Amino acid sequence: MIRTLPCSATYITGFRLYMALFYIFLIMPLVTICVLAFNDSNFIALPWNGFSLDWFFANTDDRLGLFKDTDLMLSVWTSLQTGFFVALFSTIVGTIAALLFEEEQFRGKGLLYFLALAPLVIPGVVLGISILLSSTYAGMYMEETFGLEFEFLGPSFWLVVIGQFSFGATYVMLLVGARLKKFDRVLEEAALSLRANHLEVIWLITIPFLRPAIIGAFVVAFLISFSNFNTTIFLVGSDPTLPVDLYSRIKFSSTPVLNAVSFMIVTFISFAAMISFVMNRKKQ
Amino acid sequence: MKKKRSSTFYLLMVPVLLWLILLIVIPHLDMFFRSFRFENDNGLMVFSLNNYLSFFEDQIYWLTFVQTALYSIGVTFLAFVVTFPVAFFLTKVVAKKYSSFMVLLLLIPIWIGELVTIYGWMILLSDNGVINNFLMQIGLIDSPIVMLYTNFSMTIGLLYMSMLFMIIPMMSALESLDDSLIEAASDLGATKWTIFRQIIIPYTTPGIASGGIIVFMLVIGDYVAPNILGGKSSLWFTEQIYNKFLATFNWNEGAAFGFLLLMLSSAIIWLALRLTGQKLERVGS
Repeated sequence: MIRTLPCSATYITGFRLYMALFYIFLIMPLVTICVLAFNDSNFIALPWNGFSLDWFFANTDDRLGLFKDTDLMLSVWTSLQTGFFVALFSTIVGTIAALLFEEEQFRGKGLLYFLALAPLVIPGVVLGISILLSSTYAGMYMEETFGLEFEFLGPSFWLVVIGQFSFGATYVMLLVGARLKKFDRVLEEAALSLRANHLEVIWLITIPFLRPAIIGAFVVAFLISFSNFNTTIFLVGSDPTLPVDLYSRIKFSSTPVLNAVSFMIVTFISFAAMISFVMNRKKQ
Repeated sequence: MKKKRSSTFYLLMVPVLLWLILLIVIPHLDMFFRSFRFENDNGLMVFSLNNYLSFFEDQIYWLTFVQTALYSIGVTFLAFVVTFPVAFFLTKVVAKKYSSFMVLLLLIPIWIGELVTIYGWMILLSDNGVINNFLMQIGLIDSPIVMLYTNFSMTIGLLYMSMLFMIIPMMSALESLDDSLIEAASDLGATKWTIFRQIIIPYTTPGIASGGIIVFMLVIGDYVAPNILGGKSSLWFTEQIYNKFLATFNWNEGAAFGFLLLMLSSAIIWLALRLTGQKLERVGS
């Protein structure tokens, strides 16, 4: 039943067969998109009409390739910027939250930690509409009482960043917090007894110890932002992020350029995953 | 010493408080209060239960609500059935040198993101998609089977985008299960089924619970899979919320619907935590 126990050939063969089917199920949609990105056709699915790079580079009447499609490139750029800012803010606040909950004791800590975990169990749609509602309301209030107009309080680039940050920080907090649990408190006490103040200890000892986790959390927050749709759709202004743009194209005007974008994303992610895998292996 | 410590404390406390109060507490309270606002015949905003009444009066709304809840529980269970053997295989059966690479493969679809993978399924399942073409090529069917825009395709999509999130917590629970327990039971003559039911399942309940909650959350709050892969009868409550906000612009009623969805998911998660004796704090870890 497990690797140390002898087991029947049927059991192990059956299990392997199941695993093979599972991985086929997992890989199938990805492989399909990647192959069809090179199909010389005006339709997203089969039949296969031969190899072509049109959906990457063409700029003709009926075919607009990925790299020639300025709208699409713009939404990729918007997503990259959104991802960067979300990752930056989430990493800063998430790390601070991890330090606060691991290092400090205070009244109401349990409640506050519960709130920090809440984004895990609030549906993304609900998070999106609640932030949309309250920020729009705050914007109206600001305009009526002070005559000030804040663009970021209406659907816009910065509202998307704010909305994605609200749950990105939770993931960073969990990832950094997990590493912080392994931190040897003696190091801190030693530094404190050598007259370092608390901030110096955090900056010079704790943060360097956490660095791998912080970098990892930054990447995770970026990827979460880059692929988010459910929250973003309610907050997005005139400049759509890539998932929002892809969604409206899938719904209303699907051309194989969608396959080309998906191919780029699949390739990039797989490549990045392989690199991190090889690097981890080398470290061990 | 004491004073310095407290200044650090406030330095940590203020950003966290700002995050949680401004982006979690206030928006949800606001949503709650808004759900009771209603424009009366004179065009004035008044306190009213009308937004909730319209939910109960219109059959389509609460039917969708119930269907979404039941379907989400079903998909969560399905995700458990499909992925538990995978988690078990990767932690206990396969040779260790292969397992880390196989786990890596599981993470790739997660990072690629829901929209791209759902789109992939759309191509696979469509009438001139890969699966229909394959089945016709081998002569199993003569004309395409309608798979896209049905409850079947929606279920596949929901399962695909959520199930991988369940494997990781189940694997960490299984990893801490000492092999010698299974060996001992096996030596004493227990059958596989007994070992599974009396040792493995009780031991991995925390992992199953936290994985299940994450899957359930993703499924019940999903919009992409039901909307892109679902058909006319595949109603999903998030679609109603989406329509209220972005199609009919009835934000107050949308707020009421959002609040109902939040209550529904919280209630089911609370129930799941109670039944399995878990705490929310553990779900995150």
